[in-house]
Order: sequence, then C-alpha cells, then structure tokens
Amino acid sequence: MGKRFPGVRALNDVSLKLDKGEVLAVLGENGAGKSTLMKILAGVQAADEGEVFMEGKPVEIAGVNDALEQGIALIHQELNMATNLSVGANIFLGREPRKRGLIDETALLEKAKRYLEMVGLEVDPQEILGNLALGRQQLVEIAKALSVKARVLIMDEPTSSLSQNETETLFGVIKDLRGRGVSIIYISHRLGEAKELADRVMVLRDGENAGDLAKEEIDHDAMVRLMVGREISEFYSRTIHEPGEVALEVRRLRTSAHPEHELNFSLRAGEVVGMAGLVGAGRTEMLAALFGVAPLRGGEIYLRGAKADLQSPNDAIRCGLALVPEDRKLQGLILEMTVRQNLGLAILKQESPYGLFLNEVREGEISRQMMAQMQIKTPSSRQVVRYLSGGNQQKVVLGKWLALEPRVLLLDEPTRGIDVGAKQEIYGLMEDLAARGVAILFVSSEMEEVLGMSDRVLVMHEGRLTGELPRDRLSEEAVMQLAIGNTRAA
Amino acid sequence: MKLTAFGDIFPKLSGAQSEGVKRIFGIFLLLLVVYVATAILNPNFIGPYNQENLIRRTSLFGIMGIGVALVIITGGIDLSLGSVVCLVGVGVPWLIMDQGWPPWLALIVALAVPLLIGLCHGLLVTKLRLQPFIVTLCGLLIYRGVTRGFTGDQTAGFGNELKGLRWIANGEIPLFPGFGIPFPAIILIVIAILAGIFLNRTIYGRYLLALGNNEEAARFSGINTDRMITLAYVICSGLAGLAGLLFVLDLNLAQPVDFGNFYELYAIAAAVLGGCSLRGGSGTILGVIIGTALLRVLRNMMNMAFLGFQRAEFAVIGAVILGGVIADELAKRAVARKLSAQKDRERRSKQERLPPN
Repeated sequence: MGKRFPGVRALNDVSLKLDKGEVLAVLGENGAGKSTLMKILAGVQAADEGEVFMEGKPVEIAGVNDALEQGIALIHQELNMATNLSVGANIFLGREPRKRGLIDETALLEKAKRYLEMVGLEVDPQEILGNLALGRQQLVEIAKALSVKARVLIMDEPTSSLSQNETETLFGVIKDLRGRGVSIIYISHRLGEAKELADRVMVLRDGENAGDLAKEEIDHDAMVRLMVGREISEFYSRTIHEPGEVALEVRRLRTSAHPEHELNFSLRAGEVVGMAGLVGAGRTEMLAALFGVAPLRGGEIYLRGAKADLQSPNDAIRCGLALVPEDRKLQGLILEMTVRQNLGLAILKQESPYGLFLNEVREGEISRQMMAQMQIKTPSSRQVVRYLSGGNQQKVVLGKWLALEPRVLLLDEPTRGIDVGAKQEIYGLMEDLAARGVAILFVSSEMEEVLGMSDRVLVMHEGRLTGELPRDRLSEEAVMQLAIGNTRAA
Repeated sequence: MKLTAFGDIFPKLSGAQSEGVKRIFGIFLLLLVVYVATAILNPNFIGPYNQENLIRRTSLFGIMGIGVALVIITGGIDLSLGSVVCLVGVGVPWLIMDQGWPPWLALIVALAVPLLIGLCHGLLVTKLRLQPFIVTLCGLLIYRGVTRGFTGDQTAGFGNELKGLRWIANGEIPLFPGFGIPFPAIILIVIAILAGIFLNRTIYGRYLLALGNNEEAARFSGINTDRMITLAYVICSGLAGLAGLLFVLDLNLAQPVDFGNFYELYAIAAAVLGGCSLRGGSGTILGVIIGTALLRVLRNMMNMAFLGFQRAEFAVIGAVILGGVIADELAKRAVARKLSAQKDRERRSKQERLPPN
C-alpha cells in the first residue's frame, strides 16, 4: 500500500508510504502540514497535485465518500459525533440498516455490538453516546471506522483529552487492529506515544518530508531534532535558585468537585511547582477555586502570610494571582478580538482613567512590550487572535497575565497542543519568571514536562493530594505511583 | 499590507473593526439608493413635512435599536421591547388622565418600571441561566397582558393636556421656514453619542464586546460578566421605556391591543442590518441608526411610491434584510478566499527565496 503527494498547497512534494498492518506516527510542529495531509487522504480537502496509490493501483479521492470507499477513515482530533444519539445510531449514522424504508433497529443493534466487541468496548449500543467518558466515545468512533471496513485508520491526536487509563485502552486497541492488518496513521504531539506505538516515524517540517525513523531509531532526541531542524541541547533549561518567602499557602481547601477532601500546600516565591495527576484528579478544579472562578467549599488561602478572600477572578487578580486556563480557545482568549485587545483585557481596569475610560495609549505600550517579551509572531498587533498559531495564541494568554506582573502564576496545561519550538519558549519564560521571584504552580499531564520543569511536584489522585516530591526524589515511577493513589510506594 | 481600499483609509482599525466600517458603508449606500429612488418615484417624499416625520420616526425607533443592540452584543436578545413600549405608552396617559396622578410621578414611574423590568431580565439570564429568548418572550406576553388588563383595553391619550411635555416628542427646532429638526432627533443624537462613548471608549464597552464573543474567557480575565450582561438588559428596557413615552407623547393615542406591536422586531432587524451579529461580540451604534433609517425609508417608500402595495410592506422589509445578510455573508467569504490566496502566495514566495537544504 503506498501513497504519494508531490506538491500540495500547504504541502510541498510530500510523500508518504504505509505498509499493511503498520503503525506510522506522523510528527511535526503545528503548521507543519500534518493535518492538511491527513485531510487530503480522508477526502476532506483536495490535493492540488499528486497521486494516491492503494495496493499499487492509482485511486482518486475527491471526497469523503471516495476515501471511505477506499477504506480510509479519519478519527478527528475533536470528536465529531452526535452525542445526543445512541452509540449504535452513531456507528451507523448515514448508513443505517433498513427494512421497508425504516431503520431496522434490531439489525443495527446486533451489528453495532459486533463492532464494539472488536474495539473491546463493553457498552450497550442503546446507551446515549454523551453519557460515555471521552475515551470510550473515541473507541465508538473507531468502531464506526471499522464498520465501514477501514483498511487505513487516521488518528489525529487521539489522546489529547484522554486519561491515562483510557489512553492505555486505546493503545491496546491500536495494537490489536495492527494485528488484524489495519494500517494506522497516528498523529501526535506526544513523543512518548510515538515511541511506544509506532513501527515507523515520519516527520513533517514546513510542509515537507523532514525524514523518517525506523523502529529502532526512534528516540526522543532524534524526533525533536527532525521536528525543529536543529539540535536541542537543553530542552528543559532550569537553574535551581533559592526559593524566597511563602507566596501562597492553602489550608484545608475544599472544592465543589471533591468536597470530601481537604487540600493543604504552599508555594514559595521563585519556585516552580508541578502538579501531576491523572485527568479528572481535580487539579483544574483546584486552580479554578483558587482563582475564584469556581466557588470554594471551605478552607483558607494566605497570600504572603495574609489571609485572602477570593470571591471572584477580580479579587484574585487584585491579590497578585494569575491563571492561564486549560483551554485557551474557550477560557483564555477572545478569539475575534485582536492581539492587542487580548493582551490588554486583564489590565484595562488598572490603567483606566477614572476607572471608566479606555486608555488606548497604555494598551498600545503594553501590547508592544508583551509582544516583544513573549516573542509573539504576528503580522501586527491588530491581527485577530483567531488567525494565530496555537503556540502564539498561548503566548498571548500568558502575556495578558504577565502584563499584570503577578506574584503567583497558576498555569493549567501551559503547553497543551502547541509545537515544540513554542513549548521551549514557554519553558524559558517560566524559568525567567521564577528567577524574578514569581511563584509558579503548573498543572500538567505530560510527565516529561513535570519532571523537567519542577523544583517540586505535588501529585493529586481523585481530589486528594497524595504526595509531594522534591526534585532529587523525582522519577516517573514515583509520580505515577502517587497519581494512581498508591502513597506507600513513594 | 491591507486587503482593500477601506483598510487603507482606516489604517488604525483592526480587522474586525474595519469589517464593521465596511458594513456601515455598505448599508449607508443601500440607504442612499432607496432614498434617492423613492424621491424620484414620488417627489412628495422629499417634502419638508414628510422628511420631518421620517426623521422623527427614525429617531424613536433608533433609540430602541441602540438598546437592543447592546443586548445583542452580549449574545442575548430582547423580544419584549414592543410590550415595554405598550406598557409605558399606555400606562403614562392612563395614570395621568384616568388615575389622576401628577405627571411628574407618572413620569418617574414610567422610567423606573422599565429599568426594573430590565433588571429582572438580566438577573434571570445571568443568575438562573435562563435563555434570553425565553425570558423576554415571556416578557413580551406578560407586559402586554398586564397593560390590557389594568386599562380594560381602553384607548389612552392626553387629549388637550400636557402640550408642553408633548413638545419633546412632537416639537421641533426650526431650521428654516417650513422645516425644523424634530426634537426626538436631538434625543437620539445625545443617546447615540453616549452609547458610542460607552461602547468604544470605556472599559465596560470593551468588556461587553469581549464577553459577547467569549463569556467564559472574559470571566477568566476578571470581568464581572453577570453584572455587565444585566447592565445591558437594564439599558435596553430603559431605552424602550423612553421610546414608549416619546411614542405616546407624539401620537397622543395608544391602544393596549396593538401599541408597539412588532416594534421589537423592527429594532432587532435594524441592529442586525447595522452589523450586530446575533452570535454576539460585534456591533456599532452608527450602524444601528443607519439600519433603522433604512427600515423607515423602506416603509415610507412602500406608502408613497407603491400605493396599493403597502400591505406587502413586511414582505419587502423581510426581503431587504435577507438580501442584506446574504450579501454580507458572500462578501465575507470573498474576503476569506482572498486572504487564503494571499497567504498562499506569501508561503510560495518564501519557499522560493529559501535555498533548499
């Protein structure tokens, strides 16, 4: 089975070859052309030039239906299914088995069951899809792909919103499918996943083939080198400095997500503390409660020794807190506003004459300063944020908060879904801020990042703080044990 | 690097803002075309009497349009405007003439009640998280029903009383013999300037636009979104109340059954024509006023130029709005296509400049 694409728009003379029963990981920074290539394969977009061969024969893919006919199915990054319908209805959406013009419900359920078994999902096909956890919904989507007899399965960042357990299940299914001769193209930002799953790695850079790695050549440095096109000597650059006074102390904090547990921890000036845990461990909810976005169920917050009453984000901002939320598009940015307007949004009030009027002059100064400090790449400060890349968008969110010069910076998954280059810049920024005495608490589900950036790691499990690891006792094993609630092993 | 000539004329504007300017320009052209066409079809159209009337009507509807525009910018909607107009328009003469209240007290009540109504809408929308459509639809039914109830469906009016007060609605400032600026136009201009300053020059206007685009991100940025949304509803109902008062002062006659009927739809249509997106986050005051004027001129045209077809007025207005929205959407797509083509060229030229490694 082979495919070739010389000269596509966002892609330049890219070729891709996929063997039967092979898992090919496609890597690349954002904008490298991964998604475009996949969309062309799945018939969502058309190629300007180039050909696709299936089992040696040239085929034409003009639309999604052509792709499906050839057995190519795309599993979207964000799930694309009707969450209000049943699992079975979703699997056969648009291809419902019929009897006398009406949907043959019995046949549908029976067939659905068969495909669900293939992905190892024990769930009633009549269950409403939206009631399933995200990971299981993803398995349903894979079952759907199998139901169209897919021979090539394209997965676009399938684990971006999955928990550790769900990810493992998914990997199991992928390996099983490989055994059945299904070829899989796996797109991911997580290099660890590529290492675990892939038979081969293909790297795209600026819309061109940057190189391939055979199974035995796959390692972290080699992948990063191909992706950024240069050597990265020190990916996580941390210098250890003496932490200052206690900047934030939390006593008996209870969140509405897990009101049965009390959280106690503190954060010193100049310290970078990682917060690890599985998805759903209550870390995001904890940050939201700290920042006044979600109500506190109890407990006290002390900032530099003084008790603080944080009822709203406004209170938190006044006390020198800043939160870069988990989802930059939903919670971080006003997408239709400009870079400049977004950068100014949180500080407007402070800079406003009489607390009423807009201070356009200061807004301009602040945005220029932040664009320079964050190295935001945009044609102009008047560019609408929607059109920036993920990494630059994240820098805008960070810049909005750094303009306020916070003393405590809370970061929720600060590098999710952004490319390696931008990641490194954000790590550099965190290091600079810590050196200037800002206390940083960052929630991350990427183990490498937690291990690489933290002076100290707090681990949560189901709403409870299960442990704390200083830098010299940090290890993947120790963090994982605490994250699954095993406090003795650490 | 600007895409169009308009972008060059307003180099300081952001992409979204210059889009708004183009929108205003487009609808202003449409207004001119309809205006000139009507004047040609029936020369009486530009007679001073008709012009004064046109300006007066535009002003009254414009006041409502500005209010509803603020609500639409938050991503909400207010369907109750017509009924608020009815409540105030019928209520004031009823209180003064039927119930014998002193006019000053009636006026205070007439301005306070709509503000309270707006407050209720705002709190229901923000605190109970009810959908604005439902809340204000119920308002539409309730306020008209209440008005018809307490008046027993009796027509209200001032007769020959209150001539002085009525001047603020039907009076005019003479410009030259036979033509004066209707006083409501002055009121509209003052309100429009205040609203324009609020929306574009204060942090609260910026907050309103921001939360209309993404309420959650606005909240995470420390903006008290609930308070801002509630404020928009209060202003909206308040302006509707003011418009209702001016309507009845001008017409001197208000029937509970149909006073203010469909006015909310005129106001919403004007706001949308003027560039407010029902998704929230965008809109301009000037656009709303031009949109209102367009609707009034269209209506005038049906009455003066196409006698015998007046009954089809709604159809024409509906078709114009639909056509305007379609044209706008097509223009947007054309711009998007141009943009992506331009990006493409840039990428290609960049690739050509780079030596292959």
